[in-house]
Amino acid sequence: MDAREQLSVLDNICRQRFIDTLAANGQYPLKATGVDVLQMNICRKCNLFCNHCHVEAGPHRTEMMSKSIMENCLDILLENEISTIDITGGAPEINPHLEWFLDNASQLKRRLIVRSNLTLLLEEKYRHFIDTYVRNNVEIVTSLPHYKADGTDKQRGKCAFETIIAVIGKLNERGYGKEDSGLVLNLVHNPTGFYLPGSQSALTHEYKSRLLKDHGVHFNDLFCITNMPVGRYLQHLLKNDTLADYMMELIDSFNLAAAENVMCKSTISVSYDGQLYDCDFNQMLELPIETNAHIRAFDMETMRHRKIVLANHCYGCTAGSGSSCQGTTAREEK
Amino acid sequence: MQYYETKDLADFPNIGEWTSAEAQKFFDYYARATGDGKLTEREKSLIALAVAATQNCPYCIDAYTNKCLSLGVDKEEMMEVFHVGAAMMAGITLAHSTQMRKIVKKKEM
Repeated sequence: MDAREQLSVLDNICRQRFIDTLAANGQYPLKATGVDVLQMNICRKCNLFCNHCHVEAGPHRTEMMSKSIMENCLDILLENEISTIDITGGAPEINPHLEWFLDNASQLKRRLIVRSNLTLLLEEKYRHFIDTYVRNNVEIVTSLPHYKADGTDKQRGKCAFETIIAVIGKLNERGYGKEDSGLVLNLVHNPTGFYLPGSQSALTHEYKSRLLKDHGVHFNDLFCITNMPVGRYLQHLLKNDTLADYMMELIDSFNLAAAENVMCKSTISVSYDGQLYDCDFNQMLELPIETNAHIRAFDMETMRHRKIVLANHCYGCTAGSGSSCQGTTAREEK
Repeated sequence: MQYYETKDLADFPNIGEWTSAEAQKFFDYYARATGDGKLTEREKSLIALAVAATQNCPYCIDAYTNKCLSLGVDKEEMMEVFHVGAAMMAGITLAHSTQMRKIVKKKEM
């Protein structure tokens, strides 16, 4: 299903447009507040084929960020005070320029994140990335949908859980996930079905105790992320005839506090070809930023005051406790 | 008009209609009682699911099945909850046979 079809399906099923909900809550137009995060989607190729993936990444994809676009990103980072560099994919390690980029980006002394599925790091060709991550003090974020094998494998593929746990063990040996080591390993939880994630603090408690007790592994924080009705997850919603119910749940769970803290207000997402977007989801739905700019035309003043491009998938970030690449965005009720 | 329609669950926040002050007290209490405390929110959600099952409340079963899923509870664990409820109901029923047996023994010659 192409981007236009996805947007059309969502338009037809939502009883109230997202922008109308924002307007009714005094939040429209939604304006950026700055650029704290430069998120780079450096390839859509992946060794896994996860059934919740909004990128629809997989071994068949060919999109790959060139070294030249990465150099453009480094130039922008050098010229501007952007505190976080957030690298995602696909599987970022597949991009042949990742190691070069990390060695250069780490010299800028910013928060440097790689969203890795970890499963490649047991393979001979990619094993050295553990050294690369340690050397550059890279913060690793990895998706582990459930603390049990069944839930994770159902979403990420057979034996994914076992492999990820094995790699987390190796990362722990190097200090990752251990308090005071300075090496950060964060996990991502997202529901393994058609429902919203629960309380991040409750799930963190459960993940920490279960993973330690059952597998002896450690991590720092857990980010709860709502599955967005985009890409492969949208296809599953349609196939199971649950899209209407899911969208109704997202709409009914609209949370003003989450809307006020959406990540797009402080993020710029760069695609493999250098095109700029307000977030990775807009990137997959081919909704570029208001000015339709390329990384080579990056202008901080324009970015800082831009109007965010919105559509109905945005309900995913404002439902319940809110959702972002850093987990929930609204303070949990006590 | 039908009884127990799925969409009626969404009406729960409106039970304060006509008695808002009482309802607000209830909702505050409900949030406190079911939230994180000495017991975790997960443990309390499993207890709530067992109560919902034994009280035959379709709204609560719907709400707490979803909440348990969202907190990472798997289907085997939830099924065990139903067995706990079933065992408790069976036990409670059989425990009441004491009354019957006491009366029978008193009446027997």
